[in-house]
Amino acid sequence: MSHLVLEGLCKSYGAAVAVEALDLKVERGEFVSLLGPSGCGKTTTLQMIAGFVGVDRGRILLDGGDLASVPPAKRGLGIVFQSYALFPHMTVAENIAFGLEMRGIGKAEREQRTLDAMALVGLKGFAERYPRRMSGGQQQRVALARALVIKPALLLLDEPLSNLDAKLREEMQGELRQIQRSVGTTTILVTHDQHEAMALSDRIVVMNHGRVEQIGAPDTVYGQPATAFVANFLGKTNTLAAMGDGAGQVDVLGFRVPLAGAPAGPVSIAVRPERLTLAEGGFPARIKSRVFQGSHWLLGAESEAGTLLLMRPNDGMPVPAEGEAVKIAFAPADAALLTEGKAP
Amino acid sequence: MSFAASERSAPYWLAGPALLVFLGLVIIPLGMTVLLSFYDWGQYKGIVPEFTLKNWIEIATDSYFFEVFLRTFRISILVTLACVLIGVPEAYILNRMSPGWRSVCLLVVIGPLLVSVVARTLGWALLLGSNGLVNQGLMALGLITTPLEFMFTETGVVIALTHVLIPFMILSVWASLQRLDPQVENAAASLGAGFFTIWRRVILPQVVPGILSGAIIVFALAASAFASPAIIGGRRLKVAATLAYDEFLNTLNWPLGAAVAVLLLVALVLIIVGSNRLVERRYAQVFE
Ligand SMILES: Nc1ncnc2c1ncn2[C@@H]1O[C@H](COP(=O)(O)OP(=O)(O)O)[C@@H](O)[C@H]1O
Ligand SMILES: [Mg+2]
Repeated sequence: MSHLVLEGLCKSYGAAVAVEALDLKVERGEFVSLLGPSGCGKTTTLQMIAGFVGVDRGRILLDGGDLASVPPAKRGLGIVFQSYALFPHMTVAENIAFGLEMRGIGKAEREQRTLDAMALVGLKGFAERYPRRMSGGQQQRVALARALVIKPALLLLDEPLSNLDAKLREEMQGELRQIQRSVGTTTILVTHDQHEAMALSDRIVVMNHGRVEQIGAPDTVYGQPATAFVANFLGKTNTLAAMGDGAGQVDVLGFRVPLAGAPAGPVSIAVRPERLTLAEGGFPARIKSRVFQGSHWLLGAESEAGTLLLMRPNDGMPVPAEGEAVKIAFAPADAALLTEGKAP
Repeated sequence: MSFAASERSAPYWLAGPALLVFLGLVIIPLGMTVLLSFYDWGQYKGIVPEFTLKNWIEIATDSYFFEVFLRTFRISILVTLACVLIGVPEAYILNRMSPGWRSVCLLVVIGPLLVSVVARTLGWALLLGSNGLVNQGLMALGLITTPLEFMFTETGVVIALTHVLIPFMILSVWASLQRLDPQVENAAASLGAGFFTIWRRVILPQVVPGILSGAIIVFALAASAFASPAIIGGRRLKVAATLAYDEFLNTLNWPLGAAVAVLLLVALVLIIVGSNRLVERRYAQVFE
């Protein structure tokens, strides 16, 4: 049985639908990200799990038990808010110990566990500090320690790193993953940052307009996007028009590509820029732009299929100049069939 | 060079008019009042500008003055307490309301400030008089047999002043509630805290600055209130402000009235600064 099960979860604010028929199963110890653009219902989903927002329809099961009648204070979940929501009038130690105090845990154990939690998040020696005298990253650690110290059944993180600058964010991502691994708490992370979701998660739930677009491991979601939305939201992509023959093959610019499940008629397929190669036997194109990015080159190529984006690693091999005629090819396995419509 | 210089002096020029008004309308009259409190006065000779401690000695020795000041501060403390007890929860509820209802309720709350103090206090007098609505209602309900005395009593003055001054408390607490992280209550709840624990341990400590500034305003206004104690307290129930007024306009003993006024001012400043220090030290981290 899955640790956490969301069944047909729905939530509307008046006429506006925030979350629509969301189904999700999360296994014990898993790290799952809810990824999607702002306003797609990620926070609402998390708050329904936490119990701060009521559920219109559907069920939330934790270890098989329905959470509907359990108030937030009794759910025993650890939550890190986007704003951290630390208690500004309490020291770091008081903040962290608050949840233990509410559980009636004795002073000695409380102090020990608070110290352990501070060591876990790398805040040794900050016990008497007030949150206001700490940097964003340190406050974030306090919030994490406060949520983890109660040994929560679930750890819910709402954009916990979005208030940090880029460098610190990357640092904290690694640390967050490592902490989560070491304590093994089932974790749900809300983020709009695809890099963060891919770097941290076992599985990603891509959401758009309150609906789930795709659920899968980061490399699957990235490499085999199910919809045009997913393909475009997770990094750069090329969308090519193709014609299916109804027998498991599609025709792209005269090339036959085997694609399981492709229907007959016009379809869209997506190929990542780094999976397009310059090779004889491909379709013809002309290089329009060439941008150096350090570790790689970004090439814009004009072809019959429209403008294509290619990524060439900066590996010492010659890079075609602007205006040069090239041949572009891709491996059939690198093409993903997009199920609905064309990419915008 | 000269441009930079005029640039630098601009703030002083801009502050000038306000400074003049402040000096002319506050500092100078205040200084003159202090001076006046040391002048002599007699029934027939009037005000004599020669230095004497007579007024101050009279205030210090006559228990009548002590009684009036004691009553003034008793009323002010009770009004402040009532404003805290009613105003803080009210501000919290107001803060949690939907924007539409909030503006309606806010208007009701600051309503008393929009009505002339005399009209409002007379309304209270009508309501609280021995034939007033409150007494008639209580008697009709059979809760009391003889009318309760609100008029000319401290209870009446406290009720009326609380009504007038509670907007200051509510607005002040509301301002600090708005600075609260809206998720902080959810954070406490997720850690297992119940409603009252959240209130006591998380919300209240964070709105202390708001409560304190509200309390200072309410206390100062209650202690120096004139119209409400004058109308509801009547001639029998003197407070410091009505006492000073009487000395000025009825007895015409300006120096004694000045001494009463100065004493009220000094006492107020001392109490406010003292309590501010005390609470600021206690809640230092909240005040940053
Ligand atoms: N309290 C609320 N009242 C009305 N609409 C809301 C409320 N909270 C969220 N919404 C709406 O629900 C949708 C989803 O919001 P949210 O879950 O916060 O998105 P996300 O966290 O993915 O950015 C948005 O369109 C938002 O405007
Ligand atoms: Mg959000």
